[in-house]
Amino acid sequence: MEFFAQQFINGLTLGSIYGLIAIGYTMVFGIIGMVNFAHGDVFMVSAFIALIAFLILTTWLGLSSVALVFLIVLVIAMALTSLWGWAIERVAYRPLRGSFRLAPLISAIGVSIFLSNFVQVVQGARNKPVPPLVRDVVVLYQNEQYTVTLSYKQAIIMVTTAVLLAGFWYLVQKTPFGRAQRAVEQDRRMAALLGINVDRTISLTFVLGAALAAVAGTLYLLYYGVVSFSDGFVPGVKAFTAAVLGGIGSLPGAVIGGIIIGLIETFWSAYFSIEYKDVAAFLILIVVLIFKPSGILGRPEVEKV
Amino acid sequence: MTLATGITRLATLRDEPPAAGPGGPADPVLIVDHLTMRFGGLTAVNDLSFKVGRGDITALIGPNGAGKTTVFNCITGFYKPSEGMIRLMQKGGETYLLERLPGHDVNRLARVARTFQNIRLFPRMTVLENLLVAMHKPLMKASGFSILGILGLPAYRSAEKAGIEKAAAWLDRIGLTARADDAAGDLPYGDQRRLEIARAMCTDPVLLCLDEPAAGLNPRESAELNTLLRLIRDEYDTSVLLIEHDMSVVMQISDRIVVLDYGIKIADGTPDDIRTDTRVIAAYLGVDDEEVAAVEAEVGLTGTQAEIPA
Amino acid sequence: MATGSTTPIPVTDRAEASALPSLIKDAGLFALVTLGLCVPIVSYRTDLGQGIGLVITSRWGTVFALCAAIFVLRLVQQLYLTGRARRRAARAPVAEGASRLAAILAPITLVIALTLPLLAALLTGSLGEGRYWIDLGILILTYVMLGWGLNIVVGLAGLLDLGYVAFYAVGAYSYALLSTVFGLSFWICLPLAGLFAAAFGVLLGFPVLRLRGDYLAIVTLAFGEIIRLVLINWTDFSGGAAGISSIPRVSFFGLPFTAGENGFAATFGLNFNAMHRLVFLYYLILALALVTNLVTLRMRRLPLGRAWEALREDEIACRSLGIDTTITKLTAFALGAMFAGFAGSFFAVRQAFVSPESFNFLESAIILAIVVLGGMGSQIGVAIAAIVMIGAPELLRNLGFLKAVFGEGFDPNEYRLLLFGLAMVAMMVFRPRGLISERTPSVTIAERGR
Repeated sequence: MEFFAQQFINGLTLGSIYGLIAIGYTMVFGIIGMVNFAHGDVFMVSAFIALIAFLILTTWLGLSSVALVFLIVLVIAMALTSLWGWAIERVAYRPLRGSFRLAPLISAIGVSIFLSNFVQVVQGARNKPVPPLVRDVVVLYQNEQYTVTLSYKQAIIMVTTAVLLAGFWYLVQKTPFGRAQRAVEQDRRMAALLGINVDRTISLTFVLGAALAAVAGTLYLLYYGVVSFSDGFVPGVKAFTAAVLGGIGSLPGAVIGGIIIGLIETFWSAYFSIEYKDVAAFLILIVVLIFKPSGILGRPEVEKV
Repeated sequence: MTLATGITRLATLRDEPPAAGPGGPADPVLIVDHLTMRFGGLTAVNDLSFKVGRGDITALIGPNGAGKTTVFNCITGFYKPSEGMIRLMQKGGETYLLERLPGHDVNRLARVARTFQNIRLFPRMTVLENLLVAMHKPLMKASGFSILGILGLPAYRSAEKAGIEKAAAWLDRIGLTARADDAAGDLPYGDQRRLEIARAMCTDPVLLCLDEPAAGLNPRESAELNTLLRLIRDEYDTSVLLIEHDMSVVMQISDRIVVLDYGIKIADGTPDDIRTDTRVIAAYLGVDDEEVAAVEAEVGLTGTQAEIPA
Repeated sequence: MATGSTTPIPVTDRAEASALPSLIKDAGLFALVTLGLCVPIVSYRTDLGQGIGLVITSRWGTVFALCAAIFVLRLVQQLYLTGRARRRAARAPVAEGASRLAAILAPITLVIALTLPLLAALLTGSLGEGRYWIDLGILILTYVMLGWGLNIVVGLAGLLDLGYVAFYAVGAYSYALLSTVFGLSFWICLPLAGLFAAAFGVLLGFPVLRLRGDYLAIVTLAFGEIIRLVLINWTDFSGGAAGISSIPRVSFFGLPFTAGENGFAATFGLNFNAMHRLVFLYYLILALALVTNLVTLRMRRLPLGRAWEALREDEIACRSLGIDTTITKLTAFALGAMFAGFAGSFFAVRQAFVSPESFNFLESAIILAIVVLGGMGSQIGVAIAAIVMIGAPELLRNLGFLKAVFGEGFDPNEYRLLLFGLAMVAMMVFRPRGLISERTPSVTIAERGR
C-alpha cells in the first residue's frame, strides 16, 4: 500500500509534465488538424533554454533565492520558447495550408529532425546535468519498512501545473482569444468572414502550446536534473499518446490523458519491468488509435463524403 | 477474404418477395424500406420508403438539408443506416441487402456506382487512368491478382487492351478523347462531371447514383448531360437514381420523382404528378404544415399522390 | 483537393514586399527573430567542465554571423521571388527542365552504377585502393533500395510509414538469427527475410490501415519503436543491445570468398583477392535495388499499382469504385516491407553484425527524407536524392578546404541530419511534389494508335 502510494505520487508528477506537453498537441490538432510532430522537440529546446538561464542566474549572477531563480527561469523559458513556437508555425506550417494532406506532417518531421540536431550541434551531444535546485522532502507516512514521501520538487511541479492550467483554462474559455480560437476550430472560413484574424489566432495557439511545453521543459529539468538533445522524442510521443487517449482536441482530455499515461508508466515500471516502460506507452497509443481513436473525451469523427 | 465472402453470402438473399408498400414501379431495381438515419440526436432521414424502377431515371429531390445525400450515402455503403432495409435486385434474381455489405462491396458485388456532389476524381492521374481504375475488378482478375501481370503474361495484356478499348469508347461518348492523357484535375469543371459519370459507368453498374450531376453546369452542358443520361438509360442495363436541384433536368428526363423534406418523403410519382402536388409546392416555398393542410382542404385534395409514412 | 491543379504556389508576402526598403525591413525582421531564437541556445554553450557542473562559454560571434546569414538569405530569396513574379510571363518551366534532366541522368547513373568497381579500380590504381568508393557505393545503393521500397508505400499508395526501419530490422535479424542459430545459408535466408518482413507488414497493417493518414504515421512510428525496444531488451532472443556478431559472410552462390582451393578465386582460376567479396556485395545490392525498381515500375502499370495511386488521390472515390481499400493498402505495405526485409538481410550479411542501434527512428526519417526529397513517386528522383543525401556528406568529409574554413573539428556528417530536416521543410514549402514532380502516366491512349 505504501509502495503504491509512493508510486502514485511519482506518477502524478510525471503525468503533470506529460499533460502540459499534451495540451500543445491537442490545441494544434484541434485548430488546424495536424499532428505537430515537432512539439516534443520544442519541449526539449525549452529545457535547454531553462538550463542555460538557470546556469547564468546561479553561476554568473549569483542569485541564491530558489523561488526567484525558478520563477525567472520559468518566465525566460516560456518567452523564448514561445518565439520558437511562433517562428516554426510561420516558416514551416503556415505556407502549407491548402497543400496536400500529408505535407504538414512531413514538414513537422523535418522540423523535429532539425531541432534535435540543431541542439546537438550547438550544445553538444552529451547529457547536461544541473545541480538540484531543491532537495527537501516531506515525509507523508512512515512505518518500519516504507516511507512515503513527497519531495518539494514534486510539490512544485504539481502546484505549478495546477496554477498554470487554471490560468490557461481561463484564457481559452473566457477571453476573446479563446472564443476566436474555438471559432477558427469549427469553421475557419466563417471565422475569417466574421472578422477574426485567423492567422494570428493560429499563431497564438502555437505560442501558447510552446509556452506550456516550456513549463513542462523547466519542470522536467527540475525533476530529472539532466537533459540531452534527444530528450524530445520519447516524452513527445508519450504526450501525444496522452492527447490521443484523452481525446484529441479536448483540453481537459489532454490533462487527464497525461496523468493516466504518467501513472501507467510509473506503475508499469514499478510492478512489471522498467525496461519495457516505453513499450507500454507505445502499445497504449496503438491500441487507443485502433479501437477508440476519439479517446476518452473526444467526439467521434463523421466521415465527410 | 474468406470473412468478406462470408458476409457477402449472408447478405445475398434469393427469391425475396417483391417490395413492401403499395404503388411504385412494378419491376424495381432498388427498394428502400423504412430507412432511418440518425446522427446523435439529429434524424436526417426518417422512415423513408421508395422504389427505383428498373430501366428508369428516378430523381430524388427536396430542399437543401432534406437528407438526400444521406440517403445516397446509405445506399452506397458510406453510412450504415440506423434502421431499415435497402434491397438491390439484379436481373438474374440475386438480391443484395446493401446496408449489410462492406462499403466497397456495394459496388463490387451489388454493382451500385455513384458520383459525388463535390466531384471526386483522381486529380493527378490521367483521364484514361481514371477510367481504368474503375475496371479494377476484371483487370485485377486478368492480372492474376498482379502475380501473372508482373511476369507480363499475354492474358493480362489482352485484358488491358480490352479495358483501354472500353475506356476509349466512353471517352468518345463524353467527348474527351483528345484529353485522354491529361491529368483529370486539369479538366474544366463540366468535363470533370462527365468524366466522373463515365468512370462510374466503367464499373458496369446495375444502378447509377448521381449526386447533383448538373450542379455548376451551363445550359449547354446541362443539355449534354440530359443526352448522356438518356443514353445510359436506353443503351445500358443501368437504372439511374439522381439528386438534382435543376428542375429543368429533373422534369425533362425523370421517369419518376421522389420528394424529400426534413428526411421524410412527401411525394412520389411521375413528373406530372409532382408538378401539381401541393405539398411539394409548399415544401419548396417553405409553408407551415397547417397551412399545407389548409391549402389542401381548400383545393379539395386530401391525400392524393402524396403518401406520408405513418 | 478535388478540383484544379494541386500544386500550390508558395505563399509569401510577395505583393507587399516588392520595394527594396520594405525588403530590407522584412529581412531585418527575419534576422531579429533569428537573434531571438539564438538566445540563449546558441549564444551560450554549456560544456562539462573539469569539476562538477557545467561551464558556460558565450558565442555571440556565431550568433551574429547566423543572423547576418539569415538576413542575406531572406533578402536574396525575396529578390528572387519578386524577380520571378516579373518573369512569370516567360513561364519558366522548372518542372519540365528537371524531368528532362532526369531523363538524361537516369541512363548515366545506371552506367556509372554498373561499372563503379571497375571505375574505382581504374581511377585509384587498384581494386584495393578503390575500396572506399565501392564501400560508399554499397552504402548509397542500400539507401536507394530502401528509398525505392518506401516509395511504394509513401509515394505510390500515399501511406506515411514512419516505422519502415522496423521491416529493415526484421530482415536483418532474420538473417542474423537463421544463420547463426540454424546455420542456414544467405541464399536461403534472403527470400525468407523478405517473407518475414512482408508477414510483419501484413500483421501490423491489418489493424492499422483503416486509420486516417497522420494516425497511421504515428502508429507505424510506435510499432517501429516497439520492435527496437524489444530487440534491445529481449536479450535471450536478439542478444540485446550488444546485438549479434560473427554472422556468416556471403558466398558466391555456395562458393566462399576464401583463399582455399574450394574458394571463389580458386574455382574461377583467379588470384585470391579480399576485394572479390566486396565487389560481389556491391553487385548484389545493385541487383536487389534494380529488382525493386523493376517490380515497382511493373506494378505501376498493373491494376493493383493503379489502385495504389488512386488510393493516394482519393480513398472515398476508390471505395465507390469497388476497390477494397484495406486489402489494397495492405499489398503496398507488404511489398514495401518485403523489399526492406531483403535490404535488411543484405545489411546483416555485409556488416556481419547487427544491433538495435542501427534501426532507430532516425533511420526511418532518413529514408523518408530521401523519398520526400526525390519527389514522392519518382524512381529516379529517389535515387538522386539518396546519392546526394548519403553520398555528399561522405565526400565533403574528406575535403580539406572545409576544415580550413570551419576549423579542424569540422565534420559535415554532424550537419547532415540538420540539413535533412531543413531540406524536408523547404521541400514541403517550395516544391511539395519533390524535385522530380512530373508524373509519368502508367498508360497512354497512344498505345491504341491515336
